[in-house]
Amino acid sequence: MSVSTARPVAPVTAAPPPTVRGKRRSSPLATVLLLLGAVYALFPVVWVLIAASKSSGELFSTFTLAPSTHLLDNIGDLSAYRDGLYWRWMANTALYAGVGGAASTVVSAMAGFALAKYDFPGKRFVFNVILAGVLVPGVILAIPQYLLLAKVGLTNTYWSVLLPSMITPYGIYLCRIFAAAAVPTEVLEAARIDGAGDWRTLARVVLPMMRAGLVTVFLFQFVAIWNNFMLPYIMLGDDHLYPLTVGLNGLLNQGASQPAMYITVVTGALISIIPLVALFLGLQRYWRVDLGAGAVKA
Amino acid sequence: MTVSTRTPRTASRRGRRAGAPYSFLAPALILFTLFMAAPIAYAGYLSLRRVKISGLGLGAGARTEVWAGLSNYARSLSDPDFLPSVYRVGLYGLIVVPAMLGLALLMALLLDAGRTRVGTFSRTSIFLPYAVPAVVGSLLWGFLYLPRVSPVTDVLGKLGVTAPDVLTGNWTLWAVANIAVWGGTGFNMIVIYTSLRAIPTDLFEAARLDGASDKQIAFRIKIPIVTPSLIMTFVFSLIATLQVFAEPMTLKPLSNTISSTWTPLMKVYRDAFVRNDVYSAAATSVVIAVATFAVSFGFLKLVGNRAFNQEDA
Repeated sequence: MSVSTARPVAPVTAAPPPTVRGKRRSSPLATVLLLLGAVYALFPVVWVLIAASKSSGELFSTFTLAPSTHLLDNIGDLSAYRDGLYWRWMANTALYAGVGGAASTVVSAMAGFALAKYDFPGKRFVFNVILAGVLVPGVILAIPQYLLLAKVGLTNTYWSVLLPSMITPYGIYLCRIFAAAAVPTEVLEAARIDGAGDWRTLARVVLPMMRAGLVTVFLFQFVAIWNNFMLPYIMLGDDHLYPLTVGLNGLLNQGASQPAMYITVVTGALISIIPLVALFLGLQRYWRVDLGAGAVKA
Repeated sequence: MTVSTRTPRTASRRGRRAGAPYSFLAPALILFTLFMAAPIAYAGYLSLRRVKISGLGLGAGARTEVWAGLSNYARSLSDPDFLPSVYRVGLYGLIVVPAMLGLALLMALLLDAGRTRVGTFSRTSIFLPYAVPAVVGSLLWGFLYLPRVSPVTDVLGKLGVTAPDVLTGNWTLWAVANIAVWGGTGFNMIVIYTSLRAIPTDLFEAARLDGASDKQIAFRIKIPIVTPSLIMTFVFSLIATLQVFAEPMTLKPLSNTISSTWTPLMKVYRDAFVRNDVYSAAATSVVIAVATFAVSFGFLKLVGNRAFNQEDA
């Protein structure tokens, strides 16, 4: 495929849409369908907001969407659970997602830039290996990763979740597209003529030019780690190291024998989604993801 | 890697130092080797090994690892729990992937046609579940499925109809599928929507002036143009679907129907960590990975690999 239609990729905060698209006669059917979609998507979120205000008894007795007044009590109970273990899970999750996301973005940016802008022996091989890595299903990795990390005594530590999160073949693939589209070769030549070394050029010229794309890669990986369940579930035994997903899963399991725990689980679920929802609403403009970017157009 | 700073200034074709690309790639390659290549190789190795117990199996030397040939594979494939879990996930994929991508495409086209005032609200709302971890999404739906909580039970009850308990029997598969569709539609919608926005307006304005309807424009112009995005979303959805784990693991305490081998990945987990049989688990995970890889790679070949381009740099 000798294609070079790699158009500048969308995540580079696309230009405002042409006005033609927004100003047409509105269609009731389209409005109804879109609203139905929104209701479907929001329903569980609205429910958890209401349910977290119920008392333990009300959760199973009052009408699903009838609010109550116990939200603060529930948050108090959640915070009191084993000396604030829940907040520790929250902090752990932020650590895993923040550090893992940042590290994988830097690693991907460097690799993507090298693959996009340098010629070197082995480049094709490296790129093909990484491309194959995009399609590797996580199932094959989980158990051997655990066993290999166990051999060096790293399971049940922060590292066991952080290190495997730092490599994302898809992030490298995206960064390669961003670098190819956003960094003109002439700029690199100019930097070289001015006497800048490769590392200096990377830090001062290339990374700033790729910034918008890098934010997208970071968000991708941040959300992937924040939402991940299997890796920490397998790696961690000490519940002081758990992220929210594994912690809440454990709480729900306890609910089977102590139904009073259920309202704590519901409250925990509500609070656990607030940070990511805030992040989403705040950074919406970066979510213009074009997975097929650079692909052949039919 | 400090190699590059010491490398003599042998100019590469583009006039920069030859060591630089390797040092830029080094962190990625080291991590890739340690956390992807090595585990894959190790899984392959383990799948061909087994523990041999000599004597009474007591003492340090009594348990030794020996080559097992393909016996782990035979055991894994003939396990009575394995095939049912594969069928279940196959059916689950047949429900989830078309439903999720169909909804995502429909919503993206509706948004792109711009004939509504609720576009921004709907787009944000439908995308929102992507911010909710699968565990938490399953937890929310799991409660909503309970007859004592479900609003559907109340409403149907008023009409004198007894609502089914969706966490039992055949309903369970649909209940889990609904969670995946709910969680995945928004992200795929945004991906498709982004490609749609990138289509130059003049490509379909002419058709519109000639009297083409929105539906015709969607099917004849827009969908063919965003096909590469559809292919990518399809492949990624397929890979994710075949590895479903977090949703059923979370619903398990709420449903008696979900066994510990309900999906192939759950069986791998049980074999490895509950039964401590990492050899059989490794064999099963190799089978799942090869099958997944073959399906996704085969699909990409089938459609002419239009989604990943490799040679534009």
